[in-house]
Amino acid sequence: MPDTSSKAPAAVATPRPRRRRRRSADWEGLLYVLPAAALVIVFFMIPLGMTIWMSLHKWPLMGKPRWIGLDNYSRLLGDSDFWNALGFTVQYTLAATAGLLGVALILALMVERPARGVAFYRTAYFLPVVTGFASASLLWAWLSNVDSGLFSPLAQTIGLTSEPVNILATFGPAFWSVTIMVVWKMAGFHMVILMSGLQSIPADYIEAARIDGAKAHQRFRYITLPLVRRPFALALILCVSGSMLAFDQFYIILSGGPQNQTVTAVYHIFNESFVSFRLGYGAALSVVLLAILLVLSAIQLRLLRDRGETR
Amino acid sequence: MNAATMDASIRAPARRRGRIRYHRAVFHVTAVLVALLFLAPIFWVVAASFRTKAESGQPPLPPWPSGPFSIDSYLRLENFGQSILHYSGNSLFVAVGTAALTIVVSTLAGYGFSRFNFPLKGLVFLLVLATIMVPFQSILTPLFLLLAKMGLQNTLIGLILIYTTLQLPFSVFMMRNAFDAVPKEIEEAARIDGVKGARMLVQVMGPLVLPGVVTVGLFAFLNAWNEFLAALVLLTDQSKFTLPVLMTAVRSGRFGSIDWGAVQAGVTVMMIPCLILFLILQRSYIRGLTAGAVK
Repeated sequence: MPDTSSKAPAAVATPRPRRRRRRSADWEGLLYVLPAAALVIVFFMIPLGMTIWMSLHKWPLMGKPRWIGLDNYSRLLGDSDFWNALGFTVQYTLAATAGLLGVALILALMVERPARGVAFYRTAYFLPVVTGFASASLLWAWLSNVDSGLFSPLAQTIGLTSEPVNILATFGPAFWSVTIMVVWKMAGFHMVILMSGLQSIPADYIEAARIDGAKAHQRFRYITLPLVRRPFALALILCVSGSMLAFDQFYIILSGGPQNQTVTAVYHIFNESFVSFRLGYGAALSVVLLAILLVLSAIQLRLLRDRGETR
Repeated sequence: MNAATMDASIRAPARRRGRIRYHRAVFHVTAVLVALLFLAPIFWVVAASFRTKAESGQPPLPPWPSGPFSIDSYLRLENFGQSILHYSGNSLFVAVGTAALTIVVSTLAGYGFSRFNFPLKGLVFLLVLATIMVPFQSILTPLFLLLAKMGLQNTLIGLILIYTTLQLPFSVFMMRNAFDAVPKEIEEAARIDGVKGARMLVQVMGPLVLPGVVTVGLFAFLNAWNEFLAALVLLTDQSKFTLPVLMTAVRSGRFGSIDWGAVQAGVTVMMIPCLILFLILQRSYIRGLTAGAVK
């Protein structure tokens, strides 16, 4: 607004130099964002287009790609391995999301208000977040190992089990071990997001409800919960999309075992593309996974927004 | 929660004060136990990594070395091609390179988006931010081919370029906001004093957006240091491996029987820099994390 008002008289007085300056300013701005735009185009947009293009080809690592239209997609419909992997990924996503958000909410409620010691607790709960998924997974692979690890020998020492239990050998314990690792590693992250929501609730609201005689659980249910919906939505979306793309932990801890029961969607794509080198087919699987994720995010955004408006 | 109980205690009669003190004790005991639970695995692996070779295959009970203190596990990583210093160097090069490039590119872009008008500005901004919607796992195959075409396959530089691109949506958004928060008057004043171009950005604006720069660099460093899948796919030459890829090979027993002592040492080397950086720059880290959560 102030820009147009200052431009008008200037344009009347000295039209030509003014115009030249505008144009050079145009170029200058574009120059600043050029490196970022170039990187995104070369290393993101072109590969994204290539994924779709490749998905329409039979594309071996060596030799010439051959156009096969939608054959990859029709083959994919009957690929029980892929659908099993997707099913497992959904199962894992449900378990991890429930565990993570539940634990994160409890932690957030514990350390939300400043008090003595709280800064230390927050840091302690958050520390596993900054270690990478690979290091956390390697750590867990060791702890879960039956001979040299911690869990099984510890259970034996305190008399929980009478003999060594290989928790990575059967599906149930292996699945829960990885899920617990993820909760351990990521709960602090979601705790911070939920905490930032809790802290944005004006203290007056809670105080007013307290004066009106609302019990602690009522205050939580009718004031806190509706007000943390936005950060909760963010945590939910990050949690679901992160879990749907899980790879590191299942590759490192379980190698997809036992009996290939813990191969996730990304893991399956990795196998098709970089172990079997069916690059075209891997690309088609990627497109499907990408579409699923976009739909999921859209649904979650929609659900959480609509409920907010009707209430 | 705790502050609420605290100011309640001022008004509470003596009878209730005892109950509140009891509640507070229960709270702290629970919180400390949970904290120990979260910290235990980290302490456990660090302590276990200093055991001798004979001990390192045994269960870590107690966690600290019962024999002599030994850095043997770290030295044994040499058996896997190069020394641990070489692989740490690879990881460090990628992480520092990614952080530096991300800082430069996103600061320039943030400045451009915040202070200039140019054709297609909205579209370019959307283009950069939209990449956050697309998981990079789904474009890994073409990236692999693309890097090969550019002669960058199996190079750490190629990895840096990809990691930087992945950091851009968050970093550009962060830096645009940082520049938006700087009052226009400061720039005007500097311009009147004759400052322009790159000097304006580095000498005048630089110190004012420094917190944003630290946050952006910190996230870039940590994400590049820890990234696994892209490094696994794109690096095939063992001497180029970053720590996560090397340690996964060690753990899978690709080099013979699994040396758990070496795994413990490797995990420690991977975790400690992250923990130290976080503890020093905690504020910057949390700022970056909550930037998206609160408007």
